[in-house]
Amino acid sequence: MATHYTKTAKSLHWLMAVLLFGLLALGFYMQDLPLSPEKLKLYSWHKWAGVTAFLLVLARLGWRVTHVPPALPATMPKLMQLAAHAGHLALYGLMLAIPLSGWLMSSAKGFQTVWFGVLPIPDLLDKNKEVGDLLQTVHQGLNLLFVATLAAHIGAALKHHFIDKDDILTRMLPQPAKEI
Amino acid sequence: MQRFALATAFSLLTLAAASAQAVEYSQVQADKSAIHFTYKQMGVAVDGKFKKFASVLSFDPAKPTAAKATFDVDLGSVDTGAAEGDQEVAGKAWFNTKAFPSARFVSGTVKPLGGNKYEVAGQLSIKGKTQDVVVPATFTPNGNSGVFDGSFTIRRADFSIGEGSWAKFDIVANDVVIKFRITAASK
Ligand code: HEM
Repeated sequence: MATHYTKTAKSLHWLMAVLLFGLLALGFYMQDLPLSPEKLKLYSWHKWAGVTAFLLVLARLGWRVTHVPPALPATMPKLMQLAAHAGHLALYGLMLAIPLSGWLMSSAKGFQTVWFGVLPIPDLLDKNKEVGDLLQTVHQGLNLLFVATLAAHIGAALKHHFIDKDDILTRMLPQPAKEI
Repeated sequence: MQRFALATAFSLLTLAAASAQAVEYSQVQADKSAIHFTYKQMGVAVDGKFKKFASVLSFDPAKPTAAKATFDVDLGSVDTGAAEGDQEVAGKAWFNTKAFPSARFVSGTVKPLGGNKYEVAGQLSIKGKTQDVVVPATFTPNGNSGVFDGSFTIRRADFSIGEGSWAKFDIVANDVVIKFRITAASK
């Protein structure tokens, strides 16, 4: 059984980490700006990057269902292993649900998403103010949940590295400390 | 006898049709009328509408060249699809509704293009600027009322709509398509 993640898995993980932190920061920042051409530009960039994140998570799920990730250390209590799996499941769920809610919100608000200004993404919902406002709240709520889950994810990774001193963090790092 | 009845029926019909033609449509039905606009935001079409406008209209399909129309659009009633957008376009850089609360269209000559198609030349005034516009329209009678449909394109810069940081067209395009559907009943 593999002891560390493959190059593909690592690349996808860290590429998405950077992209998602950027998306979160941009998302929280842009919406408080006064309306300006700059703001409209940032909204478009956020939507393009969000669609990109959605495609990357699909690729990631593709990797995940065709590979067996390295097992968790046997020293980990069963309950902790279960929590780890549940956490990862939640992250995948949120990484799918957040861009989906963003896309549906944009449709309902009447602002179609055109990926990089080139590829129009169909509007599944008709323009409807109430639905748009509701989906905005959903997008926001899911993002707050995502931030909380990420905090737990990062906290757990650091705990494994510095307190448990196992290889959980290093096996996802670009150059594993001890490759077998 | 049968032939006579048929002939009478036929002439009655043509008479009815002719008198129907002499009808003048002038009672605009606000609830069945709408003025929309479409523009491009970073290449993506976005729709909006004006919720309030007043119009004075007279149109007789038998005498189209005598038709007249005046529209006063309440610019403060704009619906851009987002509350902050509505607020922004009411402001100085866009419509400046405090100084210029409404846009006005006054028809000039009306040219029948055949069938139910017409071309209405007129003057459009927004924000203290007046431009000649040509508006293609169709007229579809429907019982006691008739529906005018049409659309035309203006350039927002011609009316100084979107000044300052909005003056460039990279984010919000210059062309704005105005689309209307006006339902008017005959008297
Ligand atoms: C994983 C991908 C995404 C992440 C992490 C993300 C994150 C965020 C965050 C943190 C906010 C601010 C939420 C708030 O406090 O209200 C936000 C707002 C927004 N997001 Fe996303 N987003 C993603 C994908 C998308 C996509 C795909 C779209 C559209 C196609 C989108 C459209 C929007 C819009 C329009 C807003 C602003 C809502 C408003 O203020 O009207 N997002 N996003």
